[in-house]
Amino acid sequence: MRVALFITCVNDTLFPDTGKAVVTLLRRLGCEVEFPTAQTCCGQMHVNTGYRDEGVRLARHFLDVFGGYDAVVAPSGSCAAMVREQYPKLAAGMGATRAGAFASVHQGRSPFAQEVAEVTPKVYDLSEFLVDVLGVTDVGAYFPHRVTYHPTCHSLRGLKVGDRPVTLLRNVRGLELVPLPAADECCGFGGTFAVKNAGVSAAMCADKVANVMTTGAEVLCAADNSCLMHIGGTLSRQRAGVRVMHLAEILARTEAAR
Amino acid sequence: MSSRDLILARIRSAVAGAPQTDVEEARGYRTSPAPGEESGRVELFAERVRDYRAIVHVVPEEEVADTVARALSGRNAGRLVIPDGLPEEWLGAVPATLERLRDDPPLAAADLDAADGVITGCAAGIAETGTIVLSAGPGQGRRALTLVPDYHLCVVRADQVVPGVPEAISRLDPVRPLTWISGPSATSDIELNRVEGVHGPRTLEVVIAISGPR
Amino acid sequence: MSGSGTFLGMPSFPENAEKALQDSQLRFNLRKATHTIRGKRAAVVEELPDWQELRAAGKAIKDDALRNLDRYLLQAEEAITKAGGHVHWASDAAEANEIVTGLIRATGETRVMKVKSMATQEIGLNEALEREGITAYETDLAELIVQLGDDWPSHILVPAIHRNRSEIREIFTEHMAEWGRPAPEGLSDDPRTLADAARLHLRERFLSTKVGVSGANFLIAETGTLVVLESEGNGRMCLTLPETLISVVGIEKVLPTWRDLEVFLQLLPRSSTGERMNPYTSMWTGATEGQEFHLVLLDNGRTKVLADEIGRQALRCIRCSACLNVCPVYERVGGHAYGSVYPGPIGAILTPQLRGMASELDASLPYASSLCGACYDVCPVAIDIPEVLVHLRSKAPHAPAERLGLTAAGWVLDKPVRLERAQRLATRFRGLVPKRRLPGPGAAWTATRDVPAVPEESFRDWWQRTEEGGGR
Repeated sequence: MRVALFITCVNDTLFPDTGKAVVTLLRRLGCEVEFPTAQTCCGQMHVNTGYRDEGVRLARHFLDVFGGYDAVVAPSGSCAAMVREQYPKLAAGMGATRAGAFASVHQGRSPFAQEVAEVTPKVYDLSEFLVDVLGVTDVGAYFPHRVTYHPTCHSLRGLKVGDRPVTLLRNVRGLELVPLPAADECCGFGGTFAVKNAGVSAAMCADKVANVMTTGAEVLCAADNSCLMHIGGTLSRQRAGVRVMHLAEILARTEAAR
Repeated sequence: MSSRDLILARIRSAVAGAPQTDVEEARGYRTSPAPGEESGRVELFAERVRDYRAIVHVVPEEEVADTVARALSGRNAGRLVIPDGLPEEWLGAVPATLERLRDDPPLAAADLDAADGVITGCAAGIAETGTIVLSAGPGQGRRALTLVPDYHLCVVRADQVVPGVPEAISRLDPVRPLTWISGPSATSDIELNRVEGVHGPRTLEVVIAISGPR
Repeated sequence: MSGSGTFLGMPSFPENAEKALQDSQLRFNLRKATHTIRGKRAAVVEELPDWQELRAAGKAIKDDALRNLDRYLLQAEEAITKAGGHVHWASDAAEANEIVTGLIRATGETRVMKVKSMATQEIGLNEALEREGITAYETDLAELIVQLGDDWPSHILVPAIHRNRSEIREIFTEHMAEWGRPAPEGLSDDPRTLADAARLHLRERFLSTKVGVSGANFLIAETGTLVVLESEGNGRMCLTLPETLISVVGIEKVLPTWRDLEVFLQLLPRSSTGERMNPYTSMWTGATEGQEFHLVLLDNGRTKVLADEIGRQALRCIRCSACLNVCPVYERVGGHAYGSVYPGPIGAILTPQLRGMASELDASLPYASSLCGACYDVCPVAIDIPEVLVHLRSKAPHAPAERLGLTAAGWVLDKPVRLERAQRLATRFRGLVPKRRLPGPGAAWTATRDVPAVPEESFRDWWQRTEEGGGR
């Protein structure tokens, strides 16, 4: 199986350790991982901020880069959701029939739409790839810490990853998983929302942080570094003494590598 | 161009070329009770009406008159609005002193307001939602009769209770004025606290009549 | 004060939100109310094993109604006319107000009673009537609180959600006398007592007012039947007792067939008040029980929304307000910040479509969301609100500085080599990135959050160094 790592622009630039952890983990599970260096960005920031044309340009580039692989793995629920959930909508918006809101299924017949239909079903969030494609729920990890998990909106409601990440964490040796109250509520990141509506974003994060604190966890885990950058940045500002870690980084730890 | 023509023209140009939707294909919801659900229909209805904090009695048909009489005396209801066509036997045990207000000629709103209550039958009961439907038919009267008095006593025959909303819709005549009643009037406008009894009857009492021995 | 004109010149959403965020009383009220109703809704939706099927049917029925709206409106008009009612068509707010004013004038009355209606708030009917010397009395408890308090509604279902019991007690004590029967002496702030005070205040009005004005939740094309769902009985009073009834109804309220109600009478109460069924639902067709009946069909921008292939799904909305109650943004800022009678997520997609995005406020509404998707999940007619928000953002005007930034970012991300150079630049100057105080738009980030440290090397550099023996 040819597995391509879609690192995402944010991880590539700011959180390379997450990418390294994915590589370590997938290799440990017997995958051959490729990193197509021509990749840049899925276009989410542009599309979601209202720069549709720029976003579509980046989407076309994404499809070119990742076209030939059996599976594309992204350590970001949000970017995976952008590709799998939003690309088809973008395609429908540009399609010749312009089915729009009256049709139950978006129809698009443009070459872009065809490429979207071909490539995007093979794009997975890390937990989906591990559980659904590799069929693994125990990745042999060891992480002796008290951890709480924030499911992040786009993993939960976009990709509908369900309890896959939690199942993976439950099988990590030494890890004590504490449920996060009101876990399904948004942390307030929302891309440019965090800057455009900084006040509301901060208010939402205040509640998220309060919930994290009630768990007594040492580590807040999520499968999206954007949300973690927001919550972690707030935790750090408050000197809360809780650190944030991407799911991949926990799953990559083993007793041998401790 | 009239506004009518203008709006219609705007609509036609807005939807031109849009695909049609197959509605019948999308009706995958329940329209009749699952096997086994049917048996507890009346019990469910009683439970769901009680959930709205209405007073509910489930009695054999022959005990309706006594139940009605006890309910009225318990409230000291001396002046009762009685719609045309109400089964006389339901009032078989009320004291002779009860003042019966007939709606013929139509009672003024002030007369209704001065009454102690109203007794009616109904057109249907819905078990799943605990709803009573009035259709202004015989024994129900026009809509104001069950609205202005502060107390509504309603007799529901068990065979009028249907399992769910779809069964009720298929049984009702849309041309008649319909009033669906689920418990006494209520508001949750103050801090989401439910308060029963605002402008409609503050008390709803329901007598469910079972035919044959219980 | 609830009309559309009120909101003219309001600042942008973030500015309004900033004020609301600091109002601890408002935050407390909203948190309590939205969480309560959220829980109730979840419990009664859980009860129905076929909820998703009902939702799919609701969506399909509404789509069909909108696709063939011309035909269904004509069908409804014919049925209502046959049943002795009169149908009027209003292309915009001014025309609707004119029609209603004329109809009231013809009765010789100067007082009308109203049952809560979003459409009449949207067109500013009360203000228009006031200018013509006609007083409109709101009769829904929450609308009464809003009217007496000279305030704006802040929620679709619970318009006075921003007021707590002691504020309501104060409003009743101070203002009931100006509108009719004064509040009883020594009124307490117990909800039961307050509801009783409202009952007394409005009783005489219900029994004596000769003209009623309403909206409607549904209009059945096949039969011409109008449907109003409510709880308090004020709706039944306004619909039943007056000699003349005038209903102002948006053209998108049409359902094709009588049978369609079996879907919507399950979807709406459970989504809205979180009850299996609301206390009262009234259905009538044409002139009923000797009453004179007028239906005013309202366009007021709806056909413009209908023409937008992505945005038109907003017209499926049945005004249940489930999206408000789950929205993390609404929960923290309340309804007033949206500057429209339609607040919350649905307002953020409906208002800019109905009013356009020329004002700063309306252009900021599509951004009043973190795109978390909770609204879409609970919507009983499956309006993909995040999809429409993103679509509207692509049509909204952009600030020059933002456009410059996003264009630059797009340029960098277009070519991997540019991204690589930018990353190396960032790495080289990583020591200079302040953790707690970014300049420019970054300041909005660092106001409450620290900045992550820029790593010594990007992932792609690491990959190329370790996997490919450096460089390309």
